[in-house]
Amino acid sequence: MTEAKITKKTIMPKKNPMEAQEPGIRSRNFKEVALGYSEEAVVAEANRCLQCKKAPCRQGCPVEVDIPAFIKLVAERDFTGAIKKIKEKNSLPAICGRVCPQESQCEKYCTLGKKYEPVAIGRIERYCADRELATGVLRQETAPSSGRRVAVIGSGPAGLTCAADLAKLGHKVTVFEALHVPGGVLMYGIPEFRLPKQVVQTEINNLKNLGVEILVNNVVGKSTTVDELMSAGGYDAVFIGTGAGLPYFMRIQGESACGVYTANEFLTRTNLMKAYLFPDCDTPIRIGKKVAVLGGGNVAMDSARTALRLGAEESWIVYRRSRNELPARQEEIEHAEEEGVKFAFLTSPTKILHNEDYWVKAMECLRYELGEPDASGRRRPVPVPGSEFIMDVDTVVIAIGQGPNPLVPRTTSGLELTKKGNIFADPDTGATSKPGVYAGGDIVTGAATVILAMGAGRTAAKSIHAYLNENGGD
Amino acid sequence: MYRILNKETLAPTIKLFEIEAPVVAKKAAAGQFIILRIHDEGERIPLTIADFDRKKGTITCVFQEVGKTTKQLGTLNQGDLIKDFVGPLGLPTHIKNYGWVICVGGGVGVAPVHPIARALKQAGNEVIGIIGARSGELLFWEDKMRDACSELRVTTDDGSYARKGFVTDVLREVIEEKKDPVLCVAIGPLPMMRAVCNLTREYNLKTIVSLNSIMVDGTGMCGCCRVTVDGETKFACVDGPEFDGHLVDFDEMARRSAIYKSQEKQSLEQFNAGVTHKCSCGGEQ
Ligand SMILES: Cc1cc2nc3c(=O)[nH]c(=O)nc-3n(C[C@H](O)[C@H](O)[C@H](O)COP(=O)(O)OP(=O)(O)OC[C@H]3O[C@@H](n4cnc5c(N)ncnc54)[C@H](O)[C@@H]3O)c2cc1C
Ligand SMILES: Cc1cc2nc3c(=O)[nH]c(=O)nc-3n(C[C@H](O)[C@H](O)[C@H](O)COP(=O)(O)OP(=O)(O)OC[C@H]3O[C@@H](n4cnc5c(N)ncnc54)[C@H](O)[C@@H]3O)c2cc1C
Ligand code: SF4
Ligand code: FES
Repeated sequence: MTEAKITKKTIMPKKNPMEAQEPGIRSRNFKEVALGYSEEAVVAEANRCLQCKKAPCRQGCPVEVDIPAFIKLVAERDFTGAIKKIKEKNSLPAICGRVCPQESQCEKYCTLGKKYEPVAIGRIERYCADRELATGVLRQETAPSSGRRVAVIGSGPAGLTCAADLAKLGHKVTVFEALHVPGGVLMYGIPEFRLPKQVVQTEINNLKNLGVEILVNNVVGKSTTVDELMSAGGYDAVFIGTGAGLPYFMRIQGESACGVYTANEFLTRTNLMKAYLFPDCDTPIRIGKKVAVLGGGNVAMDSARTALRLGAEESWIVYRRSRNELPARQEEIEHAEEEGVKFAFLTSPTKILHNEDYWVKAMECLRYELGEPDASGRRRPVPVPGSEFIMDVDTVVIAIGQGPNPLVPRTTSGLELTKKGNIFADPDTGATSKPGVYAGGDIVTGAATVILAMGAGRTAAKSIHAYLNENGGD
Repeated sequence: MYRILNKETLAPTIKLFEIEAPVVAKKAAAGQFIILRIHDEGERIPLTIADFDRKKGTITCVFQEVGKTTKQLGTLNQGDLIKDFVGPLGLPTHIKNYGWVICVGGGVGVAPVHPIARALKQAGNEVIGIIGARSGELLFWEDKMRDACSELRVTTDDGSYARKGFVTDVLREVIEEKKDPVLCVAIGPLPMMRAVCNLTREYNLKTIVSLNSIMVDGTGMCGCCRVTVDGETKFACVDGPEFDGHLVDFDEMARRSAIYKSQEKQSLEQFNAGVTHKCSCGGEQ
């Protein structure tokens, strides 16, 4: 008792620091940047937690992980208990611990945060998950076979979670994935240095151990369709988790010049196809001396940091609002700054200029200033007339967002879509307008987060289970 | 893994594989393509579906050895396995009874034009086929094309086989001779497709070409394959690969195809020097 009081009184104002590779070294390699807590550090961090009765942190968590409970178990060094507690709500903690925007979720609401730095909830979560992965994942119980079959389309966090939950409930699940490896954005988008692919593959192996069949190289809408899966395919229900894979363009002159990439192409070549190992791996990428990345989200930060690692001399984030509005995770912005990524705020290109061989040589840009708040509550950037200037660059990466890929929506009958082409699904159940078909993740919400996709997969799994029970077997 | 059931050498650098891929074969249609990856360190490369057999569950591809991946592919034999094989991708050729149509195949483009000619003829069209190659040695599938078309004309650039001349020379003759064809389908190297389009534009003859832009995923995710058609950005992998040739920006397409020229050279040199496939994927050494 007294001990607890003392810890409360002498609370450390700052988070226990997490080891990371030195910026100068890491900005030239693809190994993971943040190295995770030691056991001593994680216990010390857990002891910062006040165990608030109301647990405001929990309300900030999109899937309502019982945060104080698992942190208490960590403080008691019951790491098995802690990971069990986390996994009651979050099936991908090793991934979420690394990539969730904690500063705008759980940690934003942490009581400690009012006076000091909040508890490093994400780092503690990551420690628990990594410790479990290192010591071997607990065998998960699966219910006896229900004899019912579910098709899951897409193997991003939404699809993986939905598949795992349904398999545990005893259903036979087949995952259809368009690419040659499962994992979605976790594999092709988020770089190795932020989310080691081994971590993702371990989750996928766990899924296979649950009896889930994963069919890669299967493009639904081409190799087969949702309608066929439900009729001839013999599936009793379908979950669509095909993500937001369609890259947006700026629609400015010069976007087809050589040396202009979409972030999707830039990151897919590097992460999925391992172009950073060229010529030992066959897929090439071309990086210039000075790279401009357009955008300010996680995708932009990942691209700018990747460019440095591929050998660019300068890597710039070109963003039309200011630093305060950057939508990327706080930690990624800080890491990017430490690594030497440069920022051109309140700037947006109007034209990409090329040389006579059509290779990018510069961008014509406009300066912006912040005006009144817009619908998103952020101050709207307005161009400053006559502020045109030229920025010399030889590679441009467009990272201004992605929309829904129309392949599945277009080939599925009776599926209601939103104006933007996203699939309409009930947020409480994941049900679409087509009976037996559920959807979740970025294909429903538009580009969002791993945790929301995971949560949507979980919600849909519950509804699919109920649907299968109601529509009993024949 | 996808097994090579049959291998043929059609010309010194042109090979045919019949590959076991029942899921793809079930849906394949003329005009579509597949993407394959030989092994874990491999590049994803697109190849057009040159033939398919739904009963046997096979896809036939014909490829020309132009760089590292296609050369390495050429070293595989009957019975060998290919790591990844996905399709059918892209939109099928719009097949209907137009009346009479011309199908032009240049070089390795004869292979993809074949199923299109066959489908057009089956749909009731009169199909005049024109095939050509740089020399007689590089010409293949004359017999198959003769079966697929109502009439076939053959040419070689150097005159070493059949007549001497480019496919465009023969095309002009056919148009002049027969008058008012409704459609032309032209598949082959980019300069050939461009030359065909320049010619048919004179006659206001609608011409469909199949674009070989560089691709990665083939599902509309990366934008690498973008081409400008009628001033609009299109993705060859999902909006194509076939487009109205009169509206295609061929110059841009040619420039974008050359983006990785120096890396392609480096990769090929390393392959030729015998530094090959030293991965842990369990494939061949
Ligand atoms: C570069 C990058 C960085 C990011 N960083 C973060 C971060 O730090 N934190 C965070 O929370 N979020 C981040 N995000 C967002 C997050 O990754 C996504 O919100 C999340 O992955 C969405 O999950 P999903 O399951 O809906 O779809 P996805 O992960 O997109 O997976 C969809 C899968 O479906 C497959 N598919 C698509 N169409 C078909 C088809 N027709 N047939 C079969 N399969 C198909 C795709 O190939 C893909 O594998 C980032 C995104 C990107 C691109
Ligand atoms: C829709 C489509 C259908 C095709 N069908 C056939 C076919 O039926 N038969 C055939 O022989 N070839 C076909 N090609 C071209 C074939 O994909 C390339 O020849 C092959 O990728 C070259 O790889 P490489 O490593 O051997 O050569 P590289 O040395 O890498 O490149 C040689 C040339 O191939 C092009 N190329 C390189 N990488 C790619 C890539 N990933 N995607 C597309 N083109 C690339 C480059 O522009 C370059 O000029 C097709 C291409 C497309 C896009
Ligand atoms: S709000 Fe912060 S201090 Fe309170 S229980 Fe949650 S993590 Fe602990
Ligand atoms: S190949 Fe990636 S979008 Fe076409």
